[in-house]
This record gives sequence, structure tokens and C-alpha cells, in this order.
Amino acid sequence: MPETLINIFHLIFSESFILTVVTASTPLLLASSGELVVERSGVLNLGVEGMMIVGAACGFAGAWTSGSILVGALFGVVAGAALSGVFGILTLGLAVNQVATGLALTIFGVGLSGLIGAKFVGERIVPASHLHLPVLTDIPGVGRILFGEDPFVYVSVALLIGIWLFLYRSRSGLVLRAVGDNHASAHALGYPVLRIRMLAVLFGGGCAGLAGAYLPLAYTPFFIPGMTSGRGWIALALVVFASWRPGRLVIGAYLFGAVSILGLALQPLQLGIPQQVMNMLPYLATVVVLVLISRTRGTAGSAAPASLGSVFVPDR
Amino acid sequence: MQLVLERRAERSTIVAIASPLIAIALTLVTIGILFAIIGKSPIEALRVYFVQPLTDPFPFFLQQEIIVKATPLVMIAVGLSLCYIANIWNIGAEGQFLVGAVCGSWLAVKTNGTDVGHWVLVVMLILGAFGGAIYGLIPALCKVYFGASEILTSLMLVYIANLGLDYIVRGPWRDPHGLNFPTTAAFDPAASIGTLFEGPGRLHAGSIITLVVVMLAAVMLGRTLMGFQIRLVGAAPRAARFSGFKSDRLVLFTFAVSGALAGLAGIIEVAGPIGHLDPGVASGYGFTAIIVAFLGRLNPIGILFAGLFLALTFIGGEGAQISLKVPLDLTKVFQGILLFYVLACDSLIVYRIRLLRTAAKAVPANA
Repeated sequence: MPETLINIFHLIFSESFILTVVTASTPLLLASSGELVVERSGVLNLGVEGMMIVGAACGFAGAWTSGSILVGALFGVVAGAALSGVFGILTLGLAVNQVATGLALTIFGVGLSGLIGAKFVGERIVPASHLHLPVLTDIPGVGRILFGEDPFVYVSVALLIGIWLFLYRSRSGLVLRAVGDNHASAHALGYPVLRIRMLAVLFGGGCAGLAGAYLPLAYTPFFIPGMTSGRGWIALALVVFASWRPGRLVIGAYLFGAVSILGLALQPLQLGIPQQVMNMLPYLATVVVLVLISRTRGTAGSAAPASLGSVFVPDR
Repeated sequence: MQLVLERRAERSTIVAIASPLIAIALTLVTIGILFAIIGKSPIEALRVYFVQPLTDPFPFFLQQEIIVKATPLVMIAVGLSLCYIANIWNIGAEGQFLVGAVCGSWLAVKTNGTDVGHWVLVVMLILGAFGGAIYGLIPALCKVYFGASEILTSLMLVYIANLGLDYIVRGPWRDPHGLNFPTTAAFDPAASIGTLFEGPGRLHAGSIITLVVVMLAAVMLGRTLMGFQIRLVGAAPRAARFSGFKSDRLVLFTFAVSGALAGLAGIIEVAGPIGHLDPGVASGYGFTAIIVAFLGRLNPIGILFAGLFLALTFIGGEGAQISLKVPLDLTKVFQGILLFYVLACDSLIVYRIRLLRTAAKAVPANA
């Protein structure tokens, strides 16, 4: 038994494992960063999974047709944003219940991605190339982890820093947070609540689309129907885990990325645990973490937007 | 000019009745346009989808298939509607459906090949409902005791149930004579729900159970204190708190009932049309039932019709796949579009859309 533990220990701190964790965490980080902005504006978009899977299908379609990863990524962003636009029109324009509309978006997105992706199943592309800097990437141990990732990884980190700067260091970010915390007051002060929320929703949709596109463009070089397998929902849970704070989101995303590939990584050690049970880990972890986090809510400095999920119809 | 929403003085009864029909009409128009775009005749497409299954000649195989499909959808949706009316979001019915199917199947697998009599089926149904209820109570307990969002926990449990089912049929319960396919042995006749009529039709007694459930739910919602509480908590949560109703108990109750119904639907599906347990049992009924619940305006009778309509689109979609060569996923897209329209039309019950002729004069301070 101690030998098994040592093996697990070696595996977790190996370079290859950490590299895989980064790849597994990036889609989670991208999607949850976008959703964090959406929720800070007071809107709960449960359609992340739907936007991600359509982003994956469109991203692959774009990259396969054009031969360019960048075009694929843009296709993913546009597809996610377009879908979130539908969500925005319904929940903001027509004041429809956000939970129900988000579910509808996911159901619709799963069907649509199957439709778009059907003729690409079985096709392959050349995945996004990894960064290679002359000396830095070759540093043993940390070189490849810090300087040898695919471009999406750096985009995801830059995006999160940008979101942090926007939310806490810009006037527009302050307005967005005000809209999320009290839409009636923000409206009374003359801020266009619905327009701000719509922009946030579109941004979140773009991020979810990019997160989805990451899967067939960098994670695996092909498209499989349903390949997001709940990552969109885990991204939603991550926002709760992070208590709506960007800094904690990084920790959460990487933690969950690690948990999600632990099952696969431990397979060669033959621990005698059924593979299906190992694959349950990310979902079980989500439930456990939600329970623990929700329990300590209030003492852990949560920044939950006060108007989250409630309908706003401006009076004139 | 600007479009704005304006709250109606009172809910519009006309729109409330017409909204699902308007939503269906809009969906049909959208489908027609989509088919025209991909170069197929819209009229022919609508005929294949919505008329062909209904006009299938004797022995009415397709009509029976519609009811067979509608049976689990309606049963699950009735349970979900109880949650949704009270603003409680159980979206993990798919998981509860699977756990019900597995729990009920346990007895069928254990008694396989023995001659124990018809009580087996009854116990299977009870086990299925019980298993679904217990599984449904997990997110409810997490919400009541820890405040964890039931939306996310109930959904995570779907993935866990899916993997659990996969493990069971590939591992301990795999049919030793099944040529290595991931499936249990076919259930004994004593552990199966037989068809109602002779011939190829698959209509089974589970549909009757669903009808009973619909009626019981209608009575419960309209005539009992519990039904009143559910409606009150949904419509006026503050008033419900002041009148001393315990919302925690309601969360547990609605999750247990919707879980039990989903579990019952699961074991009926396995013991009826499918006849054995395999990973294909996870066919997304638990998610489609969400559409059924909303299309039926969260009303048991409405759900009955909504379930039949959604079942019609499934059967029509299978026909369209063969005769029009369109992918099966198209049906799911239509169902998603339908749900969008249903939700949008529901909004018009409470609001009306006004066209403002003056330009918006609000100038944001950050402009």
C-alpha cells in the first residue's frame, strides 16, 4: 500500500500530469470566467453546457474547413455569443425565467451541435501547436509547463486577469457590479440595466463558445457528440465555488481540472477501482464542494450578486 | 421607436390558454422555413412529422408507439411540474429515472430464471419508485441542510447515475450468455409488463399507471393542502413564509415525489418496452420531460397533451429520418425551439409588448 501511495505521489507531481491538468482546466477556466461576468451583472445563464457544445461543433467545423485553428476558435466564440444572444433576448427582452431559459438553451444546444457536428464525426485536424521559446521552454521541470502550452492556455489566463482589472479597477466594471447587486437602484441612477446585462451575456456566451471550441481544437483533435460531458455545468459550479471572485476561480478551475483527469491518470496503476467510479470523481467532487462551500457561505467573503437570477422590467 | 414590456393589470386568461398553441404554431412555421432553406418541401416535412404517425393504418403501430413514448415523458413531467410550480429546480430527473430503472431491475436480475410468480413485477415497480425518490432526496437534503444549489447537484447526479448504470451492466449484472454485450439477461415474463393488445404494437399497462398519476396529481394540486402550499410558495413566497408554511419540507416533498415518479417511469420503461437493462436506457427522457412540463403549462392535464405532442415529434422524427433523410438530432433542435417559444409566449401572459414612439431619453452616466 505505501508503495501505491508513493506511485500516486510521483504521478501527481510528474511533468506530464501537470501538463494534462493545465489542458483539462483551461476549458473550465474559460467558461467559468465568462459566466462569472454574466453572474456579476445579475444574470444566471444555465446554458453554458449548451453554448460550449455548440462552440465545440462550430469550432471544429471552422477549423476543419479553413485549416486554421484561429478561424475555428473565432467560429466557436461567435457561435457561443449567438446562442447567448437568444438567451438574452428571452430573459432580458421578454423577462422570461432565467433558469428555464438556460435549460432550454442547453437542450437546444445539444441538439444543434449534433446536427452541425454530424458530418465531422470521424474527421481529424492538426491540433493547436504549442508555444516554443528557444531557451525558456527547455528549462527542465517547469519550462514546458510555463512556456510550452497551447495559445488557449495563455488566452485563458490573460482573460481572467483582464476580467479582474475590469471588475475591480474600471468604472464600467463598477457599474456592472452595481447592476448585479441592485438593478432597481442602478436603473434609478440612469444606467441602462438591460443593455449592460445583454453585453455581459454576450461576453459570457463568447467565452463559453471558446471553451467549447478548445476541446476539439486542442484537447482532442476530433469532434465527438456530447464531448463537453458536463464541463459547462461544472463551470457553473466553479463560479459558486469561487464565491464570484476571479482570483478563486483559477484555484477552482485547476483543482477540478486535476480531479477530472485523475481517473484517467491513475488507470495504469491498477488500483482495482472500476473506471466508471473513477470517472465519477469530477461530478462527485462538484456535489461535495457545493455542499461545503454553501455551508460556509457568509463567513467566506462571498461576493454573490444580490440581484442574481431575478427578472428586471424597467418602469418608465 | 423602442419595444418595451409592460406589466398587465391582471394575468391574461386568453393568452394563458392560447400560449402553448401559439408556441406550437410558431414552431411549425419555423420548422417549415428551416426545411425550405435546406431545400425540402415544408408541407411534405410537416406531413411526415405530424400527420403520418397519426394516420398509420391498422394495427395502429405508430399510434401505439406515440403513447409508449409519451408514457415516461408524462410521468416524469408531472413530478417535475410540482417542483417547478414551487420554484424548486429538479433538473436531474434523468438520473432519478436511471436509478429507478437500476433498483427495480435488481429484483428482475436476482430472480432471473426462477419461477417465483407475478409479485416480482409489483415489487420491482415499488423498488423503482423508492430508488428514484431516494436519489431525488440527495439534492433536496443538500439544499435544505447546506444550502447547496439543487440545480447543480441534481444535474451532477445524472452523470453519476449514468456511469453507475454503465458499470453495473458491464460488470456484475452482465448477461453471461450475452456475447459480451453490456446488457443484463432479458427479463422473465413474470418480471415484465406485457403489451395490452395482440400484434406488433407495444402499448403496455404502464400507460394506464401514467393516466392514474396524472389524475392523482390534478387532484393533489387542486384539492389538497399540500397542493395549495406548492402553488402558494411558487406564486407568493413571502406570503407563504408569513403563513407559516415550511419551505424546507416542501423541497423534500417535491423532490421525493418527482424522484419517485421518474424512478417509476424508469422501471416501467425497462420492464415494459425494453425488457432488459442496458446503457441505452439513458435516452434523455428526463431532459425532454422538462420541455413537456413547461409546454403543459405545469398543469397535469396540460402535461398529458404536451407529452403526447412531444412523443409525436419523436415518432415523426424517426419517420423523417427514413423518408426525408434528415438527421435524428433535428428533432431535438425542434424541441429546443419549441421550448424557447413556449417560454416566450408564457411571458406574454403577464406582460404586454408596447411600441414606444419616443426615443429612449435615459442617458447613462458612463456614456
